[in-house]
Amino acid sequence: MDALLTSLLPNVDWLEIWQASLDTLSMLGGSLLFTTVLGLPLGVLLFLTSPRQMFEQKTFYGFLSLLVNILRSVPFVILLIVMIPFTVLVTGTSLGVAGAIPPLVVGATPFFARLVETALREVDRGIIEATQAMGATTRQIVVNALLPEALPGIFAAVTVTAITLVSYTAMSGLIGGGGLGDLAVRYGYQRYQPDVMLVTVVLLLVLVQILQTAGDKLVVHFSRK
Amino acid sequence: MINFHQVHKAYRVGGHDIPALQPSDLQIARGEVFGIIGHSGAGKSTLLRLINRLEEPSGGRIQIDGEDVTALDAAGLRRFRQRVGMIFQHFNLLSSKTVAANVALPLKLAGVLSRSAMEARVAELLARVGLSEHANKYPAQLSGGQKQRVGIARALATEPKILLCDEATSALDPQTTASVLQLLAQINRELNLTIVLITHEMDVIRRVCDRVAVMDAGVIVESGAVADVFLHPQHATTKRFVLEAEQVDEDERHDDFAHVQGCILRLTFQGQATYAPLLGTVARETGVDYSILAGRIDHIKDTPYGQLTLALTGGDLEAALARFTAADVHMEVLR
Repeated sequence: MDALLTSLLPNVDWLEIWQASLDTLSMLGGSLLFTTVLGLPLGVLLFLTSPRQMFEQKTFYGFLSLLVNILRSVPFVILLIVMIPFTVLVTGTSLGVAGAIPPLVVGATPFFARLVETALREVDRGIIEATQAMGATTRQIVVNALLPEALPGIFAAVTVTAITLVSYTAMSGLIGGGGLGDLAVRYGYQRYQPDVMLVTVVLLLVLVQILQTAGDKLVVHFSRK
Repeated sequence: MINFHQVHKAYRVGGHDIPALQPSDLQIARGEVFGIIGHSGAGKSTLLRLINRLEEPSGGRIQIDGEDVTALDAAGLRRFRQRVGMIFQHFNLLSSKTVAANVALPLKLAGVLSRSAMEARVAELLARVGLSEHANKYPAQLSGGQKQRVGIARALATEPKILLCDEATSALDPQTTASVLQLLAQINRELNLTIVLITHEMDVIRRVCDRVAVMDAGVIVESGAVADVFLHPQHATTKRFVLEAEQVDEDERHDDFAHVQGCILRLTFQGQATYAPLLGTVARETGVDYSILAGRIDHIKDTPYGQLTLALTGGDLEAALARFTAADVHMEVLR
């Protein structure tokens, strides 16, 4: 078996692959956590201040919306580079897993927030009205009605964001972010070792498959419609 | 109980005020079932939502139990809303929560009961609407009628004094409508709950309401006891609703009688008079012959009524008309 693997994939250093996989998983886990923690309230805020909603604030929504759109329209590769000074300020380094997480979070949060806003918009207005008629505060409406009703949509948003983050982590290899994408670029592309490229791409594909399947399961589990 | 003083509402759309409710006065008494009927866009939904201020009035004063609800601040309004239940055409249940959790939601939001007291209250409410065995199901697993029963249980959770019904039976089939209306009538009796309902079906008004207001283009065109409004409609809109309820086209109604001979009149009986053998007695004593052209004997809530369109020929017509006038019936000579 070992002999076969070595002959088919001569350049693959499995220890390095293992380390890169762990790096990718930590970048993904860390950035997904922060993206969710920051993006969920931002999405709720976008929803509440949007036209015809409970806290309709035209100017504020317009400003927030523009900010989100600006961040979303900056290509991630550019964001990676522009963010370097800020990243150093926050984490002390622009390299490795720690250096990759801030640009990943800044890149994914506006995207996730928009998805959350859309998921909340899918909640039947009648349910908000019914909760208002019970004498609920806006906070109670968000916690007890909006978020539970939008939960399947929010899980779908987390899944899409996680998969987007996988491809972002691969790009962060460009600025020394580490991980599977980094291996693919350095060995597969720059040194022309297609076997390394193949292994990393297959591993990324497996990761995406697992994320999508788990996400779909969660969505179905929490859908009561 | 509920008093509207010159309440009006206009929506601002693209810089223009679109009136939804013209300045209106309305009094609804404690413990009555008050119906508001109108076609879509007549302003009935706006009127209903002004009561718990889901719509803010553009002007006027709304007093409930002597309290000026138009003057309430945000916290006062939330406390007030806990004393007003509401049910909806599309039920508006939370699909992510079980039946029991849906019913418990208003209690949870009010936050006054302990967990065990809340569970006991939910069990009691589900028993009242006959859904005890469905407590752990999700709304998607229930039929329309069952969903509305959950809606009713939820609306009653905080022991409100007023129940607002927004087209509560419009999404239900006739049989389910009847059973939901029966439930509403029952809770009105047993809890002395004031019910305000809006509908576009005269039949709903006839089955459960004590009094009715008819709305057209943001104006209350007619109001009063259901029997009066139903049997003696004055306004064109009301007449149309009554005809709809009787499933008669206006043209059909008059064309039918064109070739009929004799004097055509309509008699309306109410209460016990409905069952008195008036027609036979008058015919025998005055020698007139009668033929029944149209007729209906039914109930308005608990009151029996009858309405007959007759053609009278031969005999002593004057005496017959005098007898009808003297009797406990309402007579209209149509021709």
